[in-house]
Amino acid sequence: MRTAFLKTLTELAENDPRITLVVGDLGFSVVEDFARRFPSQFLNAGVAEQNMTSLAAGMALSGRVVFTYSIANFPTLRCLEQIRNDVCYHGADVKVVSVGGGYAYGALGSTHHATEDMAILRALPGMCVVAPGDPVEAAHATKGLAARKGPGYLRLGKAGEPVVHAGSIDFLLGRALILRDGRDIALISTGGMLATVTRAADTLSAAGISAKVISMHTLKPLDTGAITGAARETGAILTVEEHSVIGGLGSAVAECLAQSPVRAAFRIMGLPDAFCRKVGGQEYLRTSVGLSAGDIVSAARELVSRKGGN
Amino acid sequence: MNSPIDRYRGLARSIRKHAVMMTHRGHAAHVGSSLSMADLLAVLYGGVLRVDPKRPAWPGRDRFVLSKGHGCAGAYAALAEAGFFPVEWLDSFYADGARLTGHLTHTGIPGVELSTGSLGHGLGVASGMALAGRRDGAAWRVFALLSDGECDEGSTWEAVLFAGHHRLDNLVAIVDFNKIQSLGRVSEVMNLDPFGDKWKAFGWSVREIDGHDTGAISDALTSIPFEAGKPNCVIAHTIKGKGVSFMEDKVLWHYRNTSEEELKKALAELDTA
Repeated sequence: MRTAFLKTLTELAENDPRITLVVGDLGFSVVEDFARRFPSQFLNAGVAEQNMTSLAAGMALSGRVVFTYSIANFPTLRCLEQIRNDVCYHGADVKVVSVGGGYAYGALGSTHHATEDMAILRALPGMCVVAPGDPVEAAHATKGLAARKGPGYLRLGKAGEPVVHAGSIDFLLGRALILRDGRDIALISTGGMLATVTRAADTLSAAGISAKVISMHTLKPLDTGAITGAARETGAILTVEEHSVIGGLGSAVAECLAQSPVRAAFRIMGLPDAFCRKVGGQEYLRTSVGLSAGDIVSAARELVSRKGGN
Repeated sequence: MNSPIDRYRGLARSIRKHAVMMTHRGHAAHVGSSLSMADLLAVLYGGVLRVDPKRPAWPGRDRFVLSKGHGCAGAYAALAEAGFFPVEWLDSFYADGARLTGHLTHTGIPGVELSTGSLGHGLGVASGMALAGRRDGAAWRVFALLSDGECDEGSTWEAVLFAGHHRLDNLVAIVDFNKIQSLGRVSEVMNLDPFGDKWKAFGWSVREIDGHDTGAISDALTSIPFEAGKPNCVIAHTIKGKGVSFMEDKVLWHYRNTSEEELKKALAELDTA
């Protein structure tokens, strides 16, 4: 996703001198080409995320479209009030980019796990929150955020995520992508869980359970129509995210469903409300908290059976 | 009465009187913070800043960022006196349904570049503006007015380091060094000395002036850049509550509100100053 983001940003920068990349002294071996090609559109703000965000707001208020870039919680929680006041309050054209959503930096430890970012940024007025499901979505999301005036948050995985979308996609910020239709349950995924969720849907399908798969790449503004539509069609909603079960996709979908007339069997799958104290890579840690394809299949089966009892 | 110095003095008096009236009427805090920087605002809006009240968003304007957003009564008064909006707006400071909030806000207020109120934000944003301006080859400058208290904030020093490194000589940081912060004297809460040396060590060109001497303020602010390739720091030694004898140099008047009697006395003193 990181590669797709930078490739797309490079293309945008070629045609639009307002596009500016500000990094917090991170991005070794990935930002150098951009820096070399567009010196007046690049800045390394050093290890100083508060100032990085404030100055990005200052540049945006002076006519630029600024992407701040760092990893994990550094460009978000470390400088949260700068995002709130300097960026969001002023409607400044700053897009915060974090590489390493969820457990992407697994073995680096809890300081490097971005696990509450979407909950927190979703609460900021005017913030568009996007977590693409694969590199194809990441490229589209980058373009979409650059074109959309105002604050944005782009939550990326790391590198090497599988491409889920085989062909071209009709991507629009704020509109969910339906990867496959299904009758029995809807699996709603955000961010890098998409590949796992589609694998789970394959397994369910082989077992005779027809699962609709939705990529909710934009958490805010939320495509509520896609959610209530899926609930109506299938009667069962399972959300899957590599993020705390508090405040992320599951919460957003619950807020939507609870306030709609539609009723559906519902479950949130995500990271527990706890720091990860295990050591290991992303897949290992996902599995350790019950976010494997097998876990999703089990949860989906349980939900479908519960629906039958309604 | 037409010399710039007289003009500055008259404008500073108006700003002080407005600030005292506004904070009294609104039962608001921070009158001392507005009074300490009134002379700085008078010189900025009375002559230094290249701004046009009729075109507040003119792209070629100088940018002024009030980082000490709690001093907004003084800033609103300066903007109103400069013609950015009607002076009558000042009457409803803090009032229900009014325009002017108790910390500086840009929403619907012509001439306000940046909403502030949480300390330590202004210099970073100003640095970004200055960098963008320089990269675009723009002639406008950026002025940021800071409190001494917000020099406790790490984010302020991130910006100081950044501007020095990038040699932003189109950036001016003015510190309203009134030596009193929220709960006590700066020297007791979080000592800043040697203050000027700190800025110098971060690559800034520093001038220390009497922040109530409009001639000295004007001399400093019309000599930008002090040194080519260095951001400019003006440490303005001021007195909190300046102009109202019973408020001067008192921690109390960071938050305290005037009684009717105190208001009369304050306005009388300002009229005869």
